[in-house]
Amino acid sequence: MKLYELTIHEALNLLRRREISAVELTQALLDRIVDVDNDIKAYITLLPETALEEARLADERRREGMDGALLGIPLAVKDVICLAGAPTTCGSRILENFIPPYDATVIERLHQAGAVFLGKTNTDEFAMGSSTENSAFFTTHNPWDPSRVPGGSSGGSAAAVSADEALGALGSDTGGSVRQPASLCGIVGLKPTYGRVSRYGLVAFASSLDQIGPLCKDVTDCALLLHVIAGHDARDSTSWHAPVPDYTQALRSEIKGLRIGVPREYFAAGIQPGVETAVRKAIQVLADLGAEIAETSLPHTEYALPTYYLIAPAEASANLARYDGVKYGYAAADAADIWEAYRKTRQHGFGAEVKRRIMLGTYALSAGYYDAYYLKAQKVRTLIKQDFDRAFQQFDVLVGPTSPTVAFKIGEKIADPLQMYLSDIFTLGHNLAGICALSLPCGFCDGLPVGLQISGPAMGEEIVLRVAYAYEQATPWHTYKPALRNLSQNEYQMDKEHRR
Amino acid sequence: MEYEPTIGLETHAQLLTASKVFCSCSSNYAAASPNTLVCPVCLGMPGSLPVINQRAVEYVIMTGLALNCRIAEFSRFDRKNYHYPDLVKGYQISQYDLPLCRDGWVEIQVSGGTKRIGIQDVHLEEDTGKLIHVGGQSLIDFNRSGVPLMEIVTKPDFTSIEEVREYVLKLRRILRYLGVSSGNMEEGAMRFEANVSLHPAGVAEKGTRVEIKNLNSFRALLRSLEYEINRQNQVLQQGGKIDRETRGWDDERGVTFVQRSKEFADDYRYFPEPDLPPLEISREWVEEIRSRMPELPDERYRRFLSEYGLSAYDAGLLTDDRPIADYFEQAVAIAKPRGIQPKTIANWITGELFRLLRASGTEPTAIQVPPEQLVELIVMLNENSITMTSAKHVLEVMFHTGKAARDIVAEEGLLQIADANQIAPIVDEVIRTNPDAVAQYKGGKETVLRFLVGQVMRATRGKADPNVTAELLRKKLSA
Repeated sequence: MKLYELTIHEALNLLRRREISAVELTQALLDRIVDVDNDIKAYITLLPETALEEARLADERRREGMDGALLGIPLAVKDVICLAGAPTTCGSRILENFIPPYDATVIERLHQAGAVFLGKTNTDEFAMGSSTENSAFFTTHNPWDPSRVPGGSSGGSAAAVSADEALGALGSDTGGSVRQPASLCGIVGLKPTYGRVSRYGLVAFASSLDQIGPLCKDVTDCALLLHVIAGHDARDSTSWHAPVPDYTQALRSEIKGLRIGVPREYFAAGIQPGVETAVRKAIQVLADLGAEIAETSLPHTEYALPTYYLIAPAEASANLARYDGVKYGYAAADAADIWEAYRKTRQHGFGAEVKRRIMLGTYALSAGYYDAYYLKAQKVRTLIKQDFDRAFQQFDVLVGPTSPTVAFKIGEKIADPLQMYLSDIFTLGHNLAGICALSLPCGFCDGLPVGLQISGPAMGEEIVLRVAYAYEQATPWHTYKPALRNLSQNEYQMDKEHRR
Repeated sequence: MEYEPTIGLETHAQLLTASKVFCSCSSNYAAASPNTLVCPVCLGMPGSLPVINQRAVEYVIMTGLALNCRIAEFSRFDRKNYHYPDLVKGYQISQYDLPLCRDGWVEIQVSGGTKRIGIQDVHLEEDTGKLIHVGGQSLIDFNRSGVPLMEIVTKPDFTSIEEVREYVLKLRRILRYLGVSSGNMEEGAMRFEANVSLHPAGVAEKGTRVEIKNLNSFRALLRSLEYEINRQNQVLQQGGKIDRETRGWDDERGVTFVQRSKEFADDYRYFPEPDLPPLEISREWVEEIRSRMPELPDERYRRFLSEYGLSAYDAGLLTDDRPIADYFEQAVAIAKPRGIQPKTIANWITGELFRLLRASGTEPTAIQVPPEQLVELIVMLNENSITMTSAKHVLEVMFHTGKAARDIVAEEGLLQIADANQIAPIVDEVIRTNPDAVAQYKGGKETVLRFLVGQVMRATRGKADPNVTAELLRKKLSA
């Protein structure tokens, strides 16, 4: 048995039975990273010394009779989440040398639960993208086919979990950035309800949409991670006061009589036939398990994309205004005055997609355009939310494809932003509505994983996890692993071009 | 042609909360070393989030109530986007179209009566850091970043600088009474922006509005208004046109200057702050805040007139500052059973005590003479135990040392000499050594008597009873 192939719950069993140590486990993951990451390029920053130290402490705690929900479990963290003392680049030149002196709330909670942090994973710059190609440093490769993207923006986290370079990982989801890469890499990814998980320490992209979520090898791991990171945080005024249930208690394979809606808009033109086939089969499995399946409609689905691309860039244009070279991060040299310093810093510090969205957002908020764009988008957002509200009066969960396609080739869509944006067409609406949704593997198309999206109402994580678990137990997809046969076995080195 | 000004005013007042508006850092930055009262939130570090300071919201609501505003049931924060090195996030969290308070008024005294100045809105926002320019370099101190600022916006209701002056003093008095702001106008706790336009006298239509920004003191406000009204008047008198623009104030040269013309008007791209949920303000909470409000200056002034029978002048002086008004009322309460009139207390406070405060630059809150001791002093004076001269001297010693009145009188041997037998030898001595004055008195110049009394007082270091002394002198000189 290879330790790096374990799920979190399997590893916890072995750790609790003292059959393995956290140090052994962590070392196995670090070795695995050495073996495969020169080809996958999931990590921007590795933290081997601190990870081993954390593992040693975990073993010590366990020897002293203590336990923790994740004591000794090695995880990866998307590089938009602050981890004190480690670089937090957001995949951007402008924060290349930024080391936060504070932990995000989720990191604090994982620390308390005993987790070990292996490193920070690649992301599209400031989480803006669907392929990791917008990372200022490098593109992550899909473990199922290295010529393809892992999805994004949490592509580094998804690829790391898929390639057994971490037992689980944190990502962030603003319009599908956890679910779409989970789908493209054949793993489980959950976007919790807006407000379920504290955003404190998550570098903001679009504040009203951002949510941190787990990326895992199976649904049980997802429930375990969510249980640790969820809950009210006094430092995030948008976090909910609702109590945190033990999500693992929701994992029952019994879904008889549950009402499952299938929005017809999620099978619109543009969906890859093999993806539709896999998802339809998955829905049949749910029907076979006794769920009541019925078609439904989310009539404003077609407006989700334009709505999202007004609201998210508008918020981003303000959120990214702080990167001006004055206090931290990249600062352009040789500026005649402060205004030129701003211009040069932001011109050289930001990549093309980030600049595109700052301009879109600035435009949408400008005097004379605000009503027609930003305000109109907010009204449509309400209509989209009402679509979901209506649907959840009738159904316990909704199901459909996570992404219209399987993983696409690196370079295939990077020159065409609109094509790239369409990759999130089925995931954006849930962020606009603030509800929860999960993607899990439901088969293959041309040898590449397909994801099934299960969504629930606000704070409906338990029912979503329950349906996902039932499906997972009835199918073999989560046991499949990418072969990584074509990967070279390079000796690990801190390659300056690849990893800073 | 004669032109008349129309002025509107925005006042920024720092709130006296213990912590900043969106984090728990101390907002008492006056004496702190640069960049010591900071955290990820008030530095706008990546991933940090604001959390609203409830006390700051209460202070704004309380101010709104004092300014006769409607308190919003639903309010929210907005982001005001602009770049400047002292602004950590590239936007300021402020309030735009749903402020906490709106539609109020303040009554001010004008020649010939009172006038209401309309309050458009009162809202809450965060202060910025402070730029410090040293030897060609600019440094930034972020201690002030995130200190709560309340912005009070008037309608363009002022027609003279004098009205602006009255309004600001009135507003300051109210804020200090409420205890929500120090109102310190020369240290930046109150800062201003004004808009000014001129229109021909007797014409209803207003002229083109010019905004003046960065008025960091009361003095700068008044000077800039005077300058700007003169400037616009000159332009108009010469047949020129006023441009709609934003002007800055150069305090050293005493002039306003163009900062931005209309074509380059700022677009702050306000939008709702997604990091802070909207505020729902229950009427119960508003009433609870109202119940904690102290009596306001106007009400107190009227009560001082009716309850204590003070003159308008004395009531005005005593209610100008809340600690003084409190002091007066405490003294009056103690004095009443001892038969001392409020008017007597008022005289002592507005006379001697104010003189001592002014001379020493002491804040009214730091007065070392407890009201009991002031009353004690007046009692001793009324009992003829000390002379008025001694009393004034004792008050001054109390003011500087905090000692009790009776202790000072005892230590310095200031008990009044009312016994004619004790004073007689001194009177004789004064008559002997001042033959000229005695001759003048006897020649019919009776006013010289005062000089002679003064000489006796001098010889007794003010302790001789002046009435007894005068009587003795008169008797001996007419003998």
